[in-house]
Amino acid sequence: MSKINVNDKDIVIPGEVLAVGMDNFPGAGSYREGDNIIASRLGLVQLDGRTIKLIPLSGRYIPKNYDTIIGKVVDVNMNGWRLDTNSPYSAMLSMKEATSQFIARGADLTKFYDIGDYVSCKVINVTSQKLVDVTMKGMGLRKLRGGRVIQAASNKVPRIVGKEGSMISMIKDATKCNMMVGQNGLVWISGTPEGELLAVEAIRKIEEESHLSGLTDKIKEFLEQKNKSIVK
Amino acid sequence: MSNELREHLIRLFESNIRLDGRKFTDYRPVKVEVNVTNTAEGSARVMIGKTDVIAGVKVEVMEPYPDTPDEGSIMVGAELLPLSSAEFELGPPGQKAIELARVVDRGIRESKCLDFKKLYIKEGEKAWMIVVDICTINDAGNLLDASSLAAIASLRNTTFPEYKDDKIDYKKKTNKKLELKDIPLSVTVIKIGDKFLVDPDSDEEKAIDTRLTVASLSDGTLCALQKGGDYPLTSEDIAKMVDIGIEKGKELRKLVK
Repeated sequence: MSKINVNDKDIVIPGEVLAVGMDNFPGAGSYREGDNIIASRLGLVQLDGRTIKLIPLSGRYIPKNYDTIIGKVVDVNMNGWRLDTNSPYSAMLSMKEATSQFIARGADLTKFYDIGDYVSCKVINVTSQKLVDVTMKGMGLRKLRGGRVIQAASNKVPRIVGKEGSMISMIKDATKCNMMVGQNGLVWISGTPEGELLAVEAIRKIEEESHLSGLTDKIKEFLEQKNKSIVK
Repeated sequence: MSNELREHLIRLFESNIRLDGRKFTDYRPVKVEVNVTNTAEGSARVMIGKTDVIAGVKVEVMEPYPDTPDEGSIMVGAELLPLSSAEFELGPPGQKAIELARVVDRGIRESKCLDFKKLYIKEGEKAWMIVVDICTINDAGNLLDASSLAAIASLRNTTFPEYKDDKIDYKKKTNKKLELKDIPLSVTVIKIGDKFLVDPDSDEEKAIDTRLTVASLSDGTLCALQKGGDYPLTSEDIAKMVDIGIEKGKELRKLVK
């Protein structure tokens, strides 16, 4: 006999039994133990056919294939760079994947990316042991020069980006800043001093109010108000 | 330290603005709470922005040092808890923790606000030892100023426990307060490029050229200095930084009163 113990959009905590029986499958954020499907993190239930998924409400970023993230160079090796990914696992950027430029044998790798530099990159492989490989070959993947990098909660990233990038492009327009949001919650902002501050403030506001409806309108109002006071 | 960040900071400073929008000589919001623990004879919690520090004072009775038989003493210890920053590790105190404790200690000791002669109980045999312990709860920059503020705020609220027949009863508190003649306060002034700033946040701390911790009294008397960072300072620089330090010290002092 199979039974689902939860409804769609319920909030569940780790260890909660979501369903009993073999008729359902564990999705992201849940696992099977014997007959039971159990939540592994705090999140919102999403019933997708016979799969039970969780949308995480808290927790660190966990690297996933094809995610575009912002990494910080923490080490330079013989054959590449080690990046901090704002997650429990560091990523490896190999020389081959780092640039389309030719790197001569024995070249000083710090000439390309030095310790402390931020780069945008894409996750290409995550092993079961969570060894992460990233690439910088692709559109918009580059070293982030100037500007600042701030840390936001990685599970709020979809809110910060908005539907088809609506939120982020609105902030970009209002603050006249260049911005890039990594799936790991790091946000790169570069522009005028006032614009950068406004962008940071807007992102903090999104993080705080992400659960409320009509978020885009609220942020739009907030930005317009702030922009008016700057013009004055 | 990333050069990108430093260059970005200097670019911002050109238009008289800091990373978080403050002016050069602005502190983040400072909050001081006193008597936050029951077991300490005096305690204080100081929050500067997101930086959070707790200081506690214990008084002990010990044998005075042989060279000062009629004096008590003060001892300051600091612990940088691993929970307060990703950079702090468990284990014996490192360079940063020792410097922090010594700067706070020196600021108080050299101000002569604490009369050691009043701390002795029996000459050559018994004297009060004031032990200040500083714990960092969160490091978001400027631990030096936060710790010195917490230490002095806790000392000002210290009461002696009952002392009878050579024994201290920590459970019984007396009305006798620890006397302090003045409030010595440390203000750390940092130099990045050619600009002087107070109250650096974590990012600014990483981009520091030099820092000078200025401890002063309410009338502007200088009691201690500590220089850090890799670059030298000219005498004009030092004069400017001391002026800023004394000025900001006066502002902070209002919070302790």
